Amino acid sequence: MNPSADYLSTMLRIRAFEEKAEELYALGRVHGTMHLSIGQEATAVGVSSALREGDFLLNTHRGHGHCLAWFGSDVNLMMAEFMGREAGYCRGRGGSMHIANVEANNLGANGIVGGGLPMAAGVGMSIKMRKTDQVCVVIFGDGASNEGAFHESLNLSSIWKLPVIYVCENNQYAMSMDIRKSANVEDISQRACAYNIRGITVDGNDLAAVHDAIAQAAAECRAGQGPVLVECKTYRWRGHSKSDRQLYRTRDEVGEWQRRDPIPRYATVLGLTDDQLEAARKDAQQVIDAAVVFAENSPEPDLAAVMEGVYA
Amino acid sequence: MRELTYAEALREGLRQAMSADERVFVMGEDIGVYGGAFGVTSGLLQEFGDMRVFDTPISEAVIAGACIGAALSGMRPVGEIQFMDFVTLSMEQLVLQAAKIRYMFGGKTSVPMVLRMPGGSGTGAAAQHSESLENWFVHVPGLKVVMPSNPYDAKGLLLAAIDDPNPVIFIEHKLLYKTKGPVPEDMYRVPLSSTRIAREGRHVTVVATSIMVNRALEAATTLAAEGIELEVVDPRTLTPLDEEPILASVRKTGKALIVHEAPGTGGYGGELAARIAGSDAFDYLEAPIRRLTGLDTPIPYNRNLERAAVPQVDDITREARKLARGEY
Ligand SMILES: Cc1ncc(C[n+]2csc(CCOP(=O)(O)OP(=O)(O)O)c2C)c(N)n1
Ligand SMILES: [Mg+2]
Repeated sequence: MNPSADYLSTMLRIRAFEEKAEELYALGRVHGTMHLSIGQEATAVGVSSALREGDFLLNTHRGHGHCLAWFGSDVNLMMAEFMGREAGYCRGRGGSMHIANVEANNLGANGIVGGGLPMAAGVGMSIKMRKTDQVCVVIFGDGASNEGAFHESLNLSSIWKLPVIYVCENNQYAMSMDIRKSANVEDISQRACAYNIRGITVDGNDLAAVHDAIAQAAAECRAGQGPVLVECKTYRWRGHSKSDRQLYRTRDEVGEWQRRDPIPRYATVLGLTDDQLEAARKDAQQVIDAAVVFAENSPEPDLAAVMEGVYA
Repeated sequence: MRELTYAEALREGLRQAMSADERVFVMGEDIGVYGGAFGVTSGLLQEFGDMRVFDTPISEAVIAGACIGAALSGMRPVGEIQFMDFVTLSMEQLVLQAAKIRYMFGGKTSVPMVLRMPGGSGTGAAAQHSESLENWFVHVPGLKVVMPSNPYDAKGLLLAAIDDPNPVIFIEHKLLYKTKGPVPEDMYRVPLSSTRIAREGRHVTVVATSIMVNRALEAATTLAAEGIELEVVDPRTLTPLDEEPILASVRKTGKALIVHEAPGTGGYGGELAARIAGSDAFDYLEAPIRRLTGLDTPIPYNRNLERAAVPQVDDITREARKLARGEY
């Protein structure tokens, strides 16, 4: 891949968005819960940077980064959705866990673990029937690979050679469950074997490695040689959600992964100095602060519209 | 009497059942070290070890199915589904296996299992973490459906459900876990299929389920100051239903308001209304039977919309007042 400062600024924007999300929650300005992907930004950006506008995305509850990194995403509309406003991507109906940008073929985050996997096969069928060279990327966690839906979807995509890239964002835990206790394989990508498709594991904190793996998988899918399973090994720095006491892991382990922060790592690839990185970080924070102002100035949904939109 | 929260009452029930009977065990997602998403099983792993407290992968079909299999072969499983929404992934095993095995096999076996799950909205978790799906199960002969509204019932009904030789769907409410109430220390049971009169009154019968019982009781306090006396009835077990106390209450008041959180269309309120209208209580009715239910919509994220989508105390107060005054 060719290094690009844009990729760094997208990672910084994701980081700043989620740090702000955390702050707003602590101040009681949003309700509900949220799942932060701080530490996993290279996977989100690595995936979308290797795809084309017009490709399809299905992603997860830990999806702020996937959405922000996707084509043409508008951070103002993200923040407005997060804050439950009418101007948000889903008019305040979806919230943190359900952000979609359907105009850009981002078919949405999912509150159901593994919920996107069966649908991805259908998107793959549609691409095949319409004879376009699009691909569908479906992002899911390590935990999701233990749902029956994962296995049914991989099998169907395999027998019908569907253009689907299965991206397992393996951050080692599903809530409190260590993947080493919930699956008897070293790498989730080994599971590709059972469906006779190609599976590969990459360092999910290395933006270039993720990018290259996805670029190759996309080329194969566009050539009718899909599907592919790409596992990105990474780590979430924060708790699973806002109510996690994190008794299942050690501070040392978290600290060790924090030293593998994907952001300074990519800044090094770009040859940036610390000062340059800090300046870029400030820029990202300003964009996010402006998004909060935008969100707060947009109205709450009209109560009378609560029944609107149940049916098309 | 000593007070416990709803979550603590459930935990005490589980702990007592596990201590009293080696066949009782628990399984579910994040129920071990994490203690369950709502803390109900907290401490059980330390107390009983990992051969009685099983943390499972994220696999709801096999959580339900493994409970069935264990129940068929001599154990007394208590499964946990982290949010009721995810039980949709367990439905085949519950509806086509658990519910039918006994009948299909000529009554020669049974499936003594409990599957606990929190339902309901109010936490800002949006459409896929806020479902009230009780009527899916009510519609399946062979399953029992229990919905405790307070800590006392939570423990007593759970112990009765564990004793019961049938598959019991045990539906808790997220907003109730932290509510407190008196709970005896002994291993008492609240029999399944025993409807409770939560508050006596003469003007309007309010039949409510789960958290709506608490909201109806609040409405009753408000209306009492206006001279309107609500009789609040809590079925506790939705199926098989102990209907006589409901019918008796309607005979007394002549007016019935049914309140639940699930969407109205196809909801439990329709069943209750039909039971009342199809019985001799019909002759005592002085007004149409009214329902106050969740709207026929998914649960929205925005806080105000979320509140508007399900009955709140003020809604119950208003509807009951109208019914009492004949202004429907
Ligand atoms: C079907 C289903 N089961 C359980 C949950 C509750 N839950 C939400 S996220 C999560 C952990 C998911 O782990 P993983 O797939 O590894 O994704 P991560 O959170 O690590 O990004 C669980 C158990 C859910 N949302 N859906
Ligand atoms: Mg994970």
